[in-house]
Amino acid sequence: MKVSYYPGCTLKTKAKELDKYGRRAAEALGITLEEIENWQCCGGAFTSASDEIATKLSSVRALAEARDKGQDLITLCSACHNVIKRTNDAMANNADFSMKANNYMKLDTPYTGETKVIHYLEMLRDTVGFDELAKKVVNPLKGKKIAAYYGCLLLRPGKVMAMDNPENPRIIEDFIKAIGAEPVIYPYRNECCGGYITLEDKTIAAKKSNKVLHSAAVAGAEMVITACPLCLYNLQKNGTEDLPVVYFTELLAEALGVKED
Amino acid sequence: MTELQMKEQVLRMSGVDPLKCMRCGKCSGTCPSYDEMEYHPHEFVYMVEKGQISKLMASDSIYKCLSCMACVERCPRGVEPGKLVEAIRLLAVRRQGANHLKPDDIPALLDEDLPQQAIVTAFRKYTK
Ligand code: SF4
Ligand code: SF4
Ligand code: SF4
Ligand code: SF4
Repeated sequence: MKVSYYPGCTLKTKAKELDKYGRRAAEALGITLEEIENWQCCGGAFTSASDEIATKLSSVRALAEARDKGQDLITLCSACHNVIKRTNDAMANNADFSMKANNYMKLDTPYTGETKVIHYLEMLRDTVGFDELAKKVVNPLKGKKIAAYYGCLLLRPGKVMAMDNPENPRIIEDFIKAIGAEPVIYPYRNECCGGYITLEDKTIAAKKSNKVLHSAAVAGAEMVITACPLCLYNLQKNGTEDLPVVYFTELLAEALGVKED
Repeated sequence: MTELQMKEQVLRMSGVDPLKCMRCGKCSGTCPSYDEMEYHPHEFVYMVEKGQISKLMASDSIYKCLSCMACVERCPRGVEPGKLVEAIRLLAVRRQGANHLKPDDIPALLDEDLPQQAIVTAFRKYTK
Protein backbone atom coordinates (compact mmCIF):
# COMPACT_ATOMS: atom_id res chain seq x y z
CA MET A 1 0.00 0.00 0.00
CA LYS A 2 1.27 3.46 -0.90
CA VAL A 3 0.51 6.71 0.86
CA SER A 4 1.70 10.28 0.41
CA TYR A 5 4.18 11.39 3.04
CA TYR A 6 5.13 14.87 4.22
CA PRO A 7 8.43 14.65 6.14
CA GLY A 8 8.99 18.34 6.93
CA CYS A 9 12.22 20.29 7.27
CA THR A 10 13.36 19.07 10.68
CA LEU A 11 13.12 15.41 9.70
CA LYS A 12 15.63 16.14 6.95
CA THR A 13 18.09 17.74 9.33
CA LYS A 14 18.14 17.46 13.13
CA ALA A 15 15.50 14.75 13.41
CA LYS A 16 16.71 12.31 10.76
CA GLU A 17 16.13 9.31 13.04
CA LEU A 18 12.44 10.11 13.43
CA ASP A 19 12.15 9.87 9.64
CA LYS A 20 14.54 6.98 9.00
CA TYR A 21 12.99 4.61 11.53
CA GLY A 22 9.51 5.71 10.54
CA ARG A 23 10.10 4.75 6.91
CA ARG A 24 11.74 1.44 7.76
CA ALA A 25 9.02 0.42 10.16
CA ALA A 26 6.30 1.36 7.67
CA GLU A 27 7.95 -0.82 5.00
CA ALA A 28 8.08 -3.71 7.47
CA LEU A 29 4.34 -3.21 7.96
CA GLY A 30 3.64 -3.22 4.22
CA ILE A 31 3.21 0.53 3.77
CA THR A 32 5.39 2.64 1.49
CA LEU A 33 5.68 6.28 2.44
CA GLU A 34 5.94 8.17 -0.85
CA GLU A 35 7.45 11.55 -0.19
CA ILE A 36 5.45 14.17 -2.05
CA GLU A 37 7.43 16.18 -4.58
CA ASN A 38 8.62 19.72 -3.99
CA TRP A 39 7.12 20.04 -0.54
CA GLN A 40 7.98 23.18 1.34
CA CYS A 41 8.34 23.77 5.07
CA CYS A 42 4.95 24.26 6.72
CA GLY A 43 6.35 26.99 8.97
CA GLY A 44 6.06 25.02 12.19
CA ALA A 45 3.07 26.90 13.56
CA PHE A 46 -0.48 27.36 12.39
CA THR A 47 -1.61 30.95 12.74
CA SER A 48 -5.17 30.93 13.96
CA ALA A 49 -5.84 34.48 12.70
CA SER A 50 -8.15 34.09 9.71
CA ASP A 51 -6.58 36.95 7.73
CA GLU A 52 -3.23 35.13 7.47
CA ILE A 53 -3.20 33.56 4.01
CA ALA A 54 0.30 33.35 2.54
CA THR A 55 1.79 31.57 5.56
CA LYS A 56 -0.61 28.67 5.02
CA LEU A 57 -0.07 28.10 1.30
CA SER A 58 2.80 25.61 1.56
CA SER A 59 0.46 23.30 3.45
CA VAL A 60 -2.29 23.76 0.86
CA ARG A 61 0.18 22.83 -1.86
CA ALA A 62 1.09 19.59 -0.08
CA LEU A 63 -2.57 18.79 0.52
CA ALA A 64 -3.49 19.39 -3.11
CA GLU A 65 -0.66 17.19 -4.32
CA ALA A 66 -1.85 14.25 -2.21
CA ARG A 67 -5.38 14.86 -3.49
CA ASP A 68 -4.18 14.77 -7.10
CA LYS A 69 -2.51 11.40 -6.43
CA GLY A 70 -5.66 10.11 -4.74
CA GLN A 71 -3.75 9.29 -1.56
CA ASP A 72 -4.01 10.03 2.13
CA LEU A 73 -1.33 12.39 3.46
CA ILE A 74 0.76 10.93 6.27
CA THR A 75 2.64 13.23 8.67
CA LEU A 76 5.11 12.31 11.38
CA CYS A 77 6.36 15.50 13.08
CA SER A 78 3.71 16.71 15.56
CA ALA A 79 4.13 20.29 14.40
CA CYS A 80 3.72 19.52 10.70
CA HIS A 81 0.67 17.47 11.56
CA ASN A 82 -0.87 20.31 13.54
CA VAL A 83 -0.21 22.90 10.82
CA ILE A 84 -1.35 20.77 7.88
CA LYS A 85 -4.41 19.37 9.58
CA ARG A 86 -5.59 22.79 10.76
CA THR A 87 -4.95 24.29 7.34
CA ASN A 88 -6.98 21.49 5.80
CA ASP A 89 -9.81 22.21 8.20
CA ALA A 90 -9.71 25.90 7.26
CA MET A 91 -9.78 25.00 3.55
CA ALA A 92 -12.84 22.83 4.11
CA ASN A 93 -14.75 25.05 6.51
CA ASN A 94 -13.73 28.66 6.05
CA ALA A 95 -15.09 29.74 2.67
CA ASP A 96 -13.43 33.15 2.73
CA PHE A 97 -9.97 31.76 3.52
CA SER A 98 -10.39 28.93 1.02
CA MET A 99 -11.37 31.33 -1.76
CA LYS A 100 -8.39 33.59 -1.09
CA ALA A 101 -5.95 30.67 -0.90
CA ASN A 102 -7.30 29.22 -4.15
CA ASN A 103 -7.03 32.61 -5.85
CA TYR A 104 -3.35 32.70 -4.97
CA MET A 105 -2.61 29.13 -5.92
CA LYS A 106 -4.41 28.90 -9.26
CA LEU A 107 -4.45 25.09 -9.14
CA ASP A 108 -5.95 23.17 -12.08
CA THR A 109 -8.64 21.97 -9.71
CA PRO A 110 -9.38 24.21 -6.72
CA TYR A 111 -8.61 22.59 -3.37
CA THR A 112 -11.36 22.46 -0.77
CA GLY A 113 -10.06 20.13 1.94
CA GLU A 114 -10.54 16.74 0.26
CA THR A 115 -7.34 15.10 1.51
CA LYS A 116 -7.31 13.03 4.67
CA VAL A 117 -4.42 14.09 6.91
CA ILE A 118 -3.29 11.17 9.02
CA HIS A 119 -0.58 11.14 11.64
CA TYR A 120 1.73 8.12 11.59
CA LEU A 121 0.36 7.03 14.98
CA GLU A 122 -3.18 7.12 13.58
CA MET A 123 -1.96 5.05 10.64
CA LEU A 124 -0.65 2.45 13.11
CA ARG A 125 -3.94 2.44 15.00
CA ASP A 126 -6.45 2.67 12.15
CA THR A 127 -4.75 1.25 9.03
CA VAL A 128 -2.40 -1.36 10.49
CA GLY A 129 -4.23 -1.91 13.79
CA PHE A 130 -2.42 -2.24 17.12
CA ASP A 131 -3.37 -5.95 17.35
CA GLU A 132 -1.82 -6.63 13.96
CA LEU A 133 1.20 -4.56 14.90
CA ALA A 134 1.64 -6.63 18.07
CA LYS A 135 1.68 -9.81 15.96
CA LYS A 136 4.55 -8.45 13.86
CA VAL A 137 6.74 -7.54 16.81
CA VAL A 138 9.86 -9.72 16.93
CA ASN A 139 11.71 -7.98 19.79
CA PRO A 140 9.06 -7.11 22.37
CA LEU A 141 10.31 -4.42 24.75
CA LYS A 142 9.27 -6.50 27.73
CA GLY A 143 9.08 -4.87 31.12
CA LYS A 144 10.20 -1.47 29.89
CA LYS A 145 8.28 1.34 31.59
CA ILE A 146 7.65 4.02 29.03
CA ALA A 147 5.99 7.41 29.41
CA ALA A 148 4.13 8.75 26.37
CA TYR A 149 4.65 12.48 25.91
CA TYR A 150 1.89 14.01 23.80
CA GLY A 151 2.75 17.65 24.36
CA CYS A 152 0.26 20.05 22.92
CA LEU A 153 0.35 19.88 19.12
CA LEU A 154 -0.90 16.35 18.53
CA LEU A 155 -4.09 16.83 20.50
CA ARG A 156 -5.13 20.49 20.39
CA PRO A 157 -7.40 22.04 19.41
CA GLY A 158 -9.24 18.77 19.97
CA LYS A 159 -12.19 19.64 17.75
CA VAL A 160 -9.91 19.93 14.71
CA MET A 161 -7.11 17.48 15.52
CA ALA A 162 -9.60 14.74 16.51
CA MET A 163 -6.81 12.23 17.09
CA ASP A 164 -7.94 11.13 20.50
CA ASN A 165 -9.58 12.43 23.68
CA PRO A 166 -7.47 15.58 24.17
CA GLU A 167 -7.68 15.40 27.96
CA ASN A 168 -7.28 11.66 28.39
CA PRO A 169 -5.56 10.25 25.32
CA ARG A 170 -4.50 6.62 24.93
CA ILE A 171 -3.14 6.23 21.40
CA ILE A 172 0.54 6.33 22.41
CA GLU A 173 -0.10 4.14 25.47
CA ASP A 174 -1.80 1.60 23.19
CA PHE A 175 1.22 1.80 20.90
CA ILE A 176 3.53 1.14 23.86
CA LYS A 177 1.49 -1.96 24.75
CA ALA A 178 1.57 -3.16 21.15
CA ILE A 179 5.38 -3.20 21.15
CA GLY A 180 5.36 -5.20 24.35
CA ALA A 181 6.28 -2.51 26.86
CA GLU A 182 4.40 -1.03 29.80
CA PRO A 183 2.89 2.47 29.53
CA VAL A 184 3.27 4.84 32.47
CA ILE A 185 0.44 7.35 32.96
CA TYR A 186 1.51 10.69 34.47
CA PRO A 187 -0.25 14.06 34.89
CA TYR A 188 1.90 16.18 32.58
CA ARG A 189 1.76 13.99 29.49
CA ASN A 190 -0.37 16.53 27.61
CA GLU A 191 1.07 19.74 29.03
CA CYS A 192 3.38 21.94 26.99
CA CYS A 193 7.20 21.67 27.15
CA GLY A 194 7.62 25.34 26.26
CA GLY A 195 8.08 24.88 22.53
CA TYR A 196 9.67 27.80 20.68
CA ILE A 197 10.00 29.83 23.92
CA THR A 198 13.47 28.26 24.14
CA LEU A 199 14.59 30.99 21.72
CA GLU A 200 12.94 33.74 23.75
CA ASP A 201 13.78 32.62 27.26
CA LYS A 202 15.54 29.35 28.05
CA THR A 203 14.62 29.45 31.72
CA ILE A 204 10.91 29.18 30.87
CA ALA A 205 11.56 26.19 28.59
CA ALA A 206 13.65 24.59 31.34
CA LYS A 207 10.89 25.06 33.92
CA LYS A 208 8.20 23.60 31.67
CA SER A 209 10.35 20.70 30.50
CA ASN A 210 11.39 19.75 34.01
CA LYS A 211 7.79 19.67 35.17
CA VAL A 212 7.03 17.14 32.46
CA LEU A 213 10.11 15.02 33.10
CA HIS A 214 9.71 15.10 36.85
CA SER A 215 6.09 14.08 36.53
CA ALA A 216 7.10 11.10 34.35
CA ALA A 217 9.98 10.11 36.64
CA VAL A 218 7.84 10.18 39.78
CA ALA A 219 5.34 7.89 38.04
CA GLY A 220 8.15 5.38 37.50
CA ALA A 221 9.04 5.90 33.84
CA GLU A 222 12.43 4.71 32.57
CA MET A 223 12.05 6.46 29.26
CA VAL A 224 9.91 9.08 27.51
CA ILE A 225 8.78 8.86 23.89
CA THR A 226 7.61 11.64 21.59
CA ALA A 227 6.77 12.42 17.96
CA CYS A 228 8.01 16.01 18.11
CA PRO A 229 11.62 17.13 17.50
CA LEU A 230 11.13 20.27 19.57
CA CYS A 231 9.68 18.32 22.51
CA LEU A 232 12.71 16.04 22.32
CA TYR A 233 15.06 18.99 22.28
CA ASN A 234 13.37 20.80 25.15
CA LEU A 235 13.09 17.75 27.38
CA GLN A 236 16.67 16.68 26.71
CA LYS A 237 18.55 19.96 26.45
CA ASN A 238 16.53 22.23 28.69
CA GLY A 239 15.43 19.60 31.18
CA THR A 240 17.81 18.38 33.86
CA GLU A 241 16.07 15.13 34.86
CA ASP A 242 18.12 12.08 33.91
CA LEU A 243 15.53 10.32 31.75
CA PRO A 244 16.17 9.32 28.14
CA VAL A 245 13.82 10.81 25.55
CA VAL A 246 13.51 9.05 22.18
CA TYR A 247 11.33 9.13 19.08
CA PHE A 248 8.55 6.56 19.08
CA THR A 249 9.61 5.39 15.61
CA GLU A 250 12.97 4.28 16.98
CA LEU A 251 11.28 1.91 19.43
CA LEU A 252 8.90 0.76 16.72
CA ALA A 253 11.79 -0.11 14.40
CA GLU A 254 13.55 -1.88 17.25
CA ALA A 255 10.47 -3.92 18.11
CA LEU A 256 9.97 -4.87 14.46
CA GLY A 257 13.61 -5.90 14.16
CA VAL A 258 14.47 -3.36 11.46
CA LYS A 259 16.44 -0.85 13.49
CA GLU A 260 19.93 -1.92 12.45
CA ASP A 261 21.10 -1.56 8.84
CA MET B 1 -6.13 53.05 14.27
CA THR B 2 -8.38 53.92 17.19
CA GLU B 3 -8.80 51.51 20.10
CA LEU B 4 -12.26 50.66 18.82
CA GLN B 5 -10.96 49.87 15.34
CA MET B 6 -8.22 47.72 16.82
CA LYS B 7 -10.74 45.88 18.95
CA GLU B 8 -12.89 45.18 15.90
CA GLN B 9 -9.85 43.99 14.00
CA VAL B 10 -8.83 41.63 16.81
CA LEU B 11 -12.34 40.19 17.05
CA ARG B 12 -12.46 39.68 13.30
CA MET B 13 -9.05 37.99 13.09
CA SER B 14 -9.60 35.74 16.09
CA GLY B 15 -13.28 34.96 15.71
CA VAL B 16 -13.55 35.26 19.51
CA ASP B 17 -16.62 36.63 21.30
CA PRO B 18 -15.40 37.97 24.69
CA LEU B 19 -18.99 38.39 25.88
CA LYS B 20 -19.27 34.61 26.21
CA CYS B 21 -16.72 34.69 29.05
CA MET B 22 -18.08 34.02 32.55
CA ARG B 23 -14.79 35.02 34.22
CA CYS B 24 -14.16 31.68 35.86
CA GLY B 25 -10.40 31.97 35.38
CA LYS B 26 -9.92 28.38 34.23
CA CYS B 27 -7.92 29.54 31.20
CA SER B 28 -5.41 31.31 33.41
CA GLY B 29 -5.38 28.44 35.90
CA THR B 30 -4.28 26.04 33.18
CA CYS B 31 -1.90 28.38 31.32
CA PRO B 32 1.68 27.05 31.45
CA SER B 33 3.02 30.58 31.04
CA TYR B 34 0.95 32.09 33.85
CA ASP B 35 3.97 33.01 35.99
CA GLU B 36 5.67 34.76 33.08
CA MET B 37 2.76 36.95 32.05
CA GLU B 38 1.83 40.44 33.13
CA TYR B 39 -1.68 39.97 31.72
CA HIS B 40 -3.15 36.47 31.91
CA PRO B 41 -5.50 34.79 29.45
CA HIS B 42 -8.71 35.78 31.28
CA GLU B 43 -7.42 39.37 31.42
CA PHE B 44 -6.86 39.35 27.68
CA VAL B 45 -10.52 38.46 27.28
CA TYR B 46 -11.67 41.19 29.66
CA MET B 47 -9.35 43.86 28.28
CA VAL B 48 -10.32 43.12 24.69
CA GLU B 49 -13.95 43.46 25.70
CA LYS B 50 -13.10 46.84 27.22
CA GLY B 51 -11.14 47.86 24.13
CA GLN B 52 -7.72 48.12 25.81
CA ILE B 53 -5.78 46.75 22.86
CA SER B 54 -2.73 49.02 22.85
CA LYS B 55 -1.97 48.16 26.49
CA LEU B 56 -1.92 44.47 25.56
CA MET B 57 0.15 45.15 22.44
CA ALA B 58 2.77 46.91 24.54
CA SER B 59 3.03 44.09 27.09
CA ASP B 60 5.65 41.34 26.94
CA SER B 61 2.86 38.88 27.73
CA ILE B 62 2.16 38.48 24.02
CA TYR B 63 5.62 36.95 23.59
CA LYS B 64 5.31 34.63 26.58
CA CYS B 65 2.29 32.71 25.30
CA LEU B 66 3.36 29.25 24.06
CA SER B 67 0.38 28.77 21.72
CA CYS B 68 -0.22 25.48 23.51
CA MET B 69 -4.00 25.91 23.18
CA ALA B 70 -4.63 24.59 26.70
CA CYS B 71 -6.82 27.62 27.40
CA VAL B 72 -8.67 27.08 24.13
CA GLU B 73 -9.30 23.41 24.91
CA ARG B 74 -10.30 23.88 28.54
CA CYS B 75 -12.47 27.00 28.56
CA PRO B 76 -15.94 25.83 29.62
CA ARG B 77 -17.56 28.51 27.44
CA GLY B 78 -15.56 27.99 24.26
CA VAL B 79 -14.11 31.51 24.37
CA GLU B 80 -10.64 30.54 23.03
CA PRO B 81 -8.47 33.18 24.74
CA GLY B 82 -5.26 31.93 23.04
CA LYS B 83 -6.63 33.15 19.72
CA LEU B 84 -6.91 36.66 21.16
CA VAL B 85 -3.29 36.56 22.29
CA GLU B 86 -2.29 35.47 18.81
CA ALA B 87 -4.29 38.19 17.06
CA ILE B 88 -2.88 40.92 19.30
CA ARG B 89 0.68 39.68 18.83
CA LEU B 90 0.13 39.78 15.07
CA LEU B 91 -1.16 43.35 15.24
CA ALA B 92 1.97 44.25 17.19
CA VAL B 93 4.53 42.62 14.90
CA ARG B 94 2.83 43.72 11.71
CA ARG B 95 3.84 47.31 12.47
CA GLN B 96 6.85 48.60 10.57
CA GLY B 97 10.10 47.67 12.33
CA ALA B 98 8.33 45.94 15.22
CA ASN B 99 9.62 42.41 14.67
CA HIS B 100 10.29 40.79 18.03
CA LEU B 101 12.96 38.44 16.64
CA LYS B 102 15.50 39.50 14.04
CA PRO B 103 17.51 37.23 11.75
CA ASP B 104 20.69 38.73 13.19
CA ASP B 105 19.67 37.49 16.64
CA ILE B 106 19.60 33.87 15.48
CA PRO B 107 23.30 32.85 15.31
CA ALA B 108 23.80 33.59 19.00
CA LEU B 109 20.79 31.44 19.88
CA LEU B 110 21.84 28.34 17.97
CA ASP B 111 23.31 25.17 19.38
CA GLU B 112 24.10 21.96 17.57
CA ASP B 113 20.88 20.18 18.56
CA LEU B 114 18.35 22.98 18.11
CA PRO B 115 15.76 21.71 15.62
CA GLN B 116 14.92 23.88 12.60
CA GLN B 117 11.34 23.67 13.76
CA ALA B 118 12.16 25.92 16.73
CA ILE B 119 13.57 28.63 14.50
CA VAL B 120 10.84 28.66 11.88
CA THR B 121 8.15 28.53 14.55
CA ALA B 122 9.68 31.42 16.46
CA PHE B 123 9.79 33.44 13.24
CA ARG B 124 6.15 32.67 12.59
CA LYS B 125 5.24 33.80 16.06
CA TYR B 126 7.49 36.77 16.56
CA THR B 127 7.90 38.40 13.16
CA LYS B 128 6.12 39.57 10.02
S1 SF4 C 1 6.67 21.53 11.46
FE1 SF4 C 1 8.53 21.75 11.41
S2 SF4 C 1 9.57 20.30 10.85
FE2 SF4 C 1 7.60 20.23 10.22
S3 SF4 C 1 8.01 21.22 8.18
FE3 SF4 C 1 7.08 22.38 9.51
S4 SF4 C 1 8.61 23.53 10.38
FE4 SF4 C 1 9.47 22.02 9.40
S1 SF4 D 1 7.36 21.19 21.34
FE1 SF4 D 1 6.37 21.52 23.25
S2 SF4 D 1 5.26 23.12 22.52
FE2 SF4 D 1 5.63 21.80 20.95
S3 SF4 D 1 4.29 20.19 20.81
FE3 SF4 D 1 5.90 19.73 21.73
S4 SF4 D 1 4.90 20.15 23.70
FE4 SF4 D 1 3.98 21.48 22.56
S1 SF4 E 1 -11.87 29.88 30.89
FE1 SF4 E 1 -13.22 30.83 29.39
S2 SF4 E 1 -14.97 31.53 30.55
FE2 SF4 E 1 -13.35 31.12 32.02
S3 SF4 E 1 -12.31 33.08 32.27
FE3 SF4 E 1 -11.24 32.01 30.67
S4 SF4 E 1 -12.20 32.70 28.81
FE4 SF4 E 1 -13.56 33.23 30.45
S1 SF4 F 1 -2.20 29.29 24.43
FE1 SF4 F 1 -0.97 30.84 25.42
S2 SF4 F 1 -2.37 31.82 26.81
FE2 SF4 F 1 -3.33 29.92 26.23
S3 SF4 F 1 -2.75 28.45 27.82
FE3 SF4 F 1 -1.24 28.27 26.17
S4 SF4 F 1 0.39 29.66 26.74
FE4 SF4 F 1 -1.38 30.22 27.98
